[in-house]
Amino acid sequence: MSGLCLASLGEVEEPVLRTIAECVEERIGLPVVRRIQLPVPLEGYDRARGQMSSVTMLKLLLEQAPSGISRILGVTESDLFIPMLTFVFGQAQLKGRAAVVSTARLRQEYYGMQPDGIALLGRARKEAMHELGHTFGLIHCPDTRCAMSLSINLPQVDSKLEWYCEGCWPVLQERLEEVR
Amino acid sequence: MKAVWKILVVDDEEVMCESLAAWLREDGYDVDTSSSGRQAVERARASDYAIYFIDLKMPGGMDGIETMMEIRKLHPDAPVIIITAYATVDTAITAMKEGAQEYIVKPCNPEEISLVVARIIKVKNLQLENTILRKRLTGQYDFHDIITKNPRMLSILQLVQDVAGLRSTVLVRGESGTGKELIARAVHYSGDRADKPFISVSCAALAETLLESELFGYEKGAFTGASTRTRGKFELADGGTIFLDEIGDISPKLQADLLRVLQERRFYRLGGSEEVKVDVRVIAATNKDLAEEVSQGRFRDDLYYRLNVIEIRIPPIRERREDVPLLARHLVQRLSPELNKDIQDISEGAMKVLLEYEWPGNVRELENAIERAIVTCRGQVLTEDDFGFLTRSMQERKAWSVPANMTLQDLERQAVSAALQRTGGNVKEAASSLGIDRSTMYEKIKKYEIQR
Ligand SMILES: [Zn+2]
Ligand SMILES: [Zn+2]
Repeated sequence: MSGLCLASLGEVEEPVLRTIAECVEERIGLPVVRRIQLPVPLEGYDRARGQMSSVTMLKLLLEQAPSGISRILGVTESDLFIPMLTFVFGQAQLKGRAAVVSTARLRQEYYGMQPDGIALLGRARKEAMHELGHTFGLIHCPDTRCAMSLSINLPQVDSKLEWYCEGCWPVLQERLEEVR
Repeated sequence: MKAVWKILVVDDEEVMCESLAAWLREDGYDVDTSSSGRQAVERARASDYAIYFIDLKMPGGMDGIETMMEIRKLHPDAPVIIITAYATVDTAITAMKEGAQEYIVKPCNPEEISLVVARIIKVKNLQLENTILRKRLTGQYDFHDIITKNPRMLSILQLVQDVAGLRSTVLVRGESGTGKELIARAVHYSGDRADKPFISVSCAALAETLLESELFGYEKGAFTGASTRTRGKFELADGGTIFLDEIGDISPKLQADLLRVLQERRFYRLGGSEEVKVDVRVIAATNKDLAEEVSQGRFRDDLYYRLNVIEIRIPPIRERREDVPLLARHLVQRLSPELNKDIQDISEGAMKVLLEYEWPGNVRELENAIERAIVTCRGQVLTEDDFGFLTRSMQERKAWSVPANMTLQDLERQAVSAALQRTGGNVKEAASSLGIDRSTMYEKIKKYEIQR
């Protein structure tokens, strides 16, 4: 069995999970073969910062990944961080198996705006595509419309597409062949 | 060219090192980590980094500032970013006085770190471009045509940087048109021989005796027509690099001569009795499989091993398709003004054609194709039509390949309508050419609503 395992880390709204699953299947053609629910790993919680360590999340995902799957993508509502940075939207193992995406800062209510459920789904898909791209070895792309461009704030997430540019896509496709 | 810059992250906390390294790697940097100042200095001794991230507070003798000072002894201009916690900002300011480029209070905003890194890398790129530009003015040097985001090509460019400073012989392999000389020039101009000559010789272009005199020079009267003493390419390349293209084509005698030069770094001019000593780095290139040539007895194995100290194999374009859009756009930008045209871009359809084409002649063929399209283009954007010559040759070459995304039904529809077209709408003939009976043919025509 090869394909993607989609894992929720803690409570995650079903529409978010569904839209990511559909996006991965339709756009990348990677079947979502498993859905699992994992608790938030408490050892990764930093009380002083009130955030979850994305490194701990990735470790947990790797431990819990069902055998035979080629990628595991975690989705969480928790706000993620690495020690050096105030936050990350997500993290992936470059050319590895695991990636994690957080919706915490993709919600515009985080920044004091009115919630927008539709926009949230779009952003979640983009960041999921982005982190998955990293697991296939793609690095950040200078094309700001490409899903692989680095976004460190919401406007940047919003201005990119849920799709890879003509340069990144062939590379991804080539790597996909290897896991199919 | 886009260089792969190396970054060193120094912190005693592993999770700090690794997570920052991972974050930077996603940005395409080549990142090493060290868990102590001492280890960092060792790494800096082995190679220079574009940026050093150093944690201010580290146990075990060497703190961040000391580490920075030691690294500065090795690389005076090393850009250092000191990482500090809020409590020690004052010390960080001291670090700035000691020459740190920046300091970052952790945890910092991703935007901030991106900006700092981008700023330093921009300067690095400019420095590199300036060196290259300077080289371009003196030699005709075009690093800019090496444009890639293909992982293999990027690692080749890294290798070029790594071996540039050595004297070792390099063998560049690749199909014709892949830009072997460009890579050879990159090796030369990235190293400390950059201001010395780069001499290029095509071994296939000349007959044996001519090549011999071309390479080694000759004394006055060495042969008919040798009216003056003439220095050969090896002598002209003294202190610099000689590039021997199509090395697989040289005769057994020249192979022996060349082996001697490689071993002893000296030779005689034709008809001369005085030894000429040279300090030349040899970069050879071939589109042949030299190992195979050796096993067939056509190429000396001792020479092969001498040449093949470092091997760089350039992939053909069909193995780095992701570079096609980059290269194509770059070539348009470069060639359009040269050809006195104002072409701004390449249409999506045209790009599709370029991506599908096999490019047996590689980058050179791509360049020729773009040039040809620019010359005939009437607008500001190169369209599919401007590349008609490619589509025609593709159709001829692989009349049978099925485009991606084509369903069996699509295929059938096209086969039926093509058969009808061929036969001028004669259903009976069309049906028999497709190997089906007439009633089936009518069914298909109806099904696909094909106009006869
Ligand atoms: Zn990324
Ligand atoms: Zn891209």
